[in-house]
Amino acid sequence: MKLTGAQIMMEVLKEEGVDTIFGFPGGVVIDIFDELAKTDIRCILVRHEQGAVHAADGYARAGGKTGVCLVTSGPGATNTVTGIATAHMDSIPIVIFTGQVPTQLIGNDAFQEVDIVGITRPCTKHNYLVQSTEAFPRIIKEAFYLARSGRPGPVLVDIPKDVAKEAIDYRPVEEIHLKSYNPTYDPNKKQLRKVIELIEQSKRPLIFAGGGVILSGAAAELTQFAHKTQIPVTTSLMGLGAFPGTDPLWLGMIGMHGTYRANMSTGACDLLISIGVRFDDRVTGKTDAFASQAKIVHIDIDPTSIRKNIPVTIPIVGDCKISLDHLNELIDQADLGDVAKKRQNWLAQIEEWKNTNPLAYKQEDTIKPQYVVEKLYELTKGEAIITTEVGQNQMWAAQYYHFDRPNHFITSGGLGCMGFGLPAAIGAQIACPDKLVVDIAGDGSIQMNIQEMATAVQCCLPIKVAILNNAYLGMVRQWQELFYDKRYVCTDMNCAPDFVKLAEAFGAVGLRASKPEEVETVLKEGLSVPQPVIMDFRVDREESVYPMVPAGAPITEMLLV
Amino acid sequence: MEEKKHTMTMLVDNQPGVLSRVSGLFSGKGFNIESLCTAPTMDPRVSRITIVTKANPPLIEQTEKQLRKLINVIKLRDMTGPKAVKREMALICVQAKPELRAEILRIVDIFRCKVIDVGIEHYIIEVTGDEGKLAALINLFRPMGIKKIARSGTLALYREPK
Repeated sequence: MKLTGAQIMMEVLKEEGVDTIFGFPGGVVIDIFDELAKTDIRCILVRHEQGAVHAADGYARAGGKTGVCLVTSGPGATNTVTGIATAHMDSIPIVIFTGQVPTQLIGNDAFQEVDIVGITRPCTKHNYLVQSTEAFPRIIKEAFYLARSGRPGPVLVDIPKDVAKEAIDYRPVEEIHLKSYNPTYDPNKKQLRKVIELIEQSKRPLIFAGGGVILSGAAAELTQFAHKTQIPVTTSLMGLGAFPGTDPLWLGMIGMHGTYRANMSTGACDLLISIGVRFDDRVTGKTDAFASQAKIVHIDIDPTSIRKNIPVTIPIVGDCKISLDHLNELIDQADLGDVAKKRQNWLAQIEEWKNTNPLAYKQEDTIKPQYVVEKLYELTKGEAIITTEVGQNQMWAAQYYHFDRPNHFITSGGLGCMGFGLPAAIGAQIACPDKLVVDIAGDGSIQMNIQEMATAVQCCLPIKVAILNNAYLGMVRQWQELFYDKRYVCTDMNCAPDFVKLAEAFGAVGLRASKPEEVETVLKEGLSVPQPVIMDFRVDREESVYPMVPAGAPITEMLLV
Repeated sequence: MEEKKHTMTMLVDNQPGVLSRVSGLFSGKGFNIESLCTAPTMDPRVSRITIVTKANPPLIEQTEKQLRKLINVIKLRDMTGPKAVKREMALICVQAKPELRAEILRIVDIFRCKVIDVGIEHYIIEVTGDEGKLAALINLFRPMGIKKIARSGTLALYREPK
């Protein structure tokens, strides 16, 4: 049967189980959109292509499926770059289809032509320029396979218009085999046995988990592992939700804005079992001083993560879930003795750190942003999917919303991409229609992709945006306060739109709280209405995020409240 | 940590953009390239790239891991040390004044090079050898005046079991 490139694409998307595409049309992709309309695949029309990628990203993180975007050539393609880089840094599976000018025009500086494959080479897991319709089905299959396997990531497929239009005899591609790509899922058993030995010898062990645990679906295995061994757990920002935030063994997040006890424990531990992490500089601070007393175990599926920033005693390349499964089996076979008793002193020390410097703030006459997040946590019983923008709002969300489940905290960790939260919330709401999805935002970040409110309204997505509005680019202001003698250069955002009116202008609901006593009422109302909502919380302008480790300092040297 | 010269070769898919992925990785990660050669192998779908880089051992390890991670890199092998044969070719245009012409030809003979172009004031000499031989030859010609030089960069092949 003869099918056009566009028709073939629909066939493969159906085979891959794609139910939603986030897109924005344009000249060279009209054929594909035309075919898309004939399928059951839902197409979400965003207002900017960056929003399409972030939405696909949120969809992937919340639902665990591969996100899909379809945009046009030229500016459509370049607008996706920030979203792609965000997904690349956080290892999120997305397939991005970009239109391209017809093959015979490539290189001619044709209208809306751009070398998007060249531009995105360093920020995709892999990318393709489809040079013939014959190659197209295999490339789409490979793109999905690469995006979701091994260490996941974004894969871009650039489709010239003639490739989409030409009709060929279509035969489905059965199996994908790439001789140069074989991710290692099964860890080396010998190495795992050494981990058990180290646990037996260790007096002050600590588990440090990251986004890899969530990506491989290993949260339950991690929890089991920690409980069996009675080892306390900290996670990176990306790992929040990999271990229950209400568990007694939970220490809170590690790093620049990590809790006092998590950072002190890292400094004092004699064994650090790191799983699915990459030792980002925001986690380690000064690398020489990081976990300097500890033997370090590092489990990760990506060999390049291991020994990149931190020397490791036991490197283990493998999938987090499979590795933890094996470790749990090995623990059952080994005799660790009375682990609870063994850990007594260590856990008592951690408890002391917790009591001397807990996360804290004082709720006075003005609304404290932390108070808003705490109230939100209370009212949602910790069950909402939280997306964030980037900056102080993100850190307060990470500190004061206690995540008990994976895939519930959706944030731009590696790239730190402002404008991520709102489109990501849209994607998350589509992946999980029955969940409450809240974007914890700042007044600066929200303005970066505010246009996506129109998408939410058009698609009837009841997402909630809680703006912690301090009329500053708060995190940079905080750095200026602490390290630049309070010279608030280009961080005062006191001229912002009226967010309540703005919400209404989009056809959403707008609410505002200016006094502490209004916070709960606004949250209750905002969370209960079935429409998209923007809640504008006028918070204390100069509240800062603490603890804070100055960039480049050891993480045990924290500025406290 | 001490920086060391390091030679690696990789088999890659012979497709447009693959060389750019490899070299882009070096520039993007701040790794250094001393020399780079590429050409197809006996299998026209596969090319061999040879790269000489200079870095400390952890950075070399990271570079190799990053290269292996590229989807189009089929196989990567470390060619440093005696387990591989390494050769480089150079074309050297030497100033050949009448009084030095005989001396130049003697050197060419000793080093088993070839004169491939002769002019009133120059010879172009073709030489193949390892790094040491090329360095020695260049040192001898330098005082006479090297007008131009073109070097291929190192090529390497793993020795087969004897």
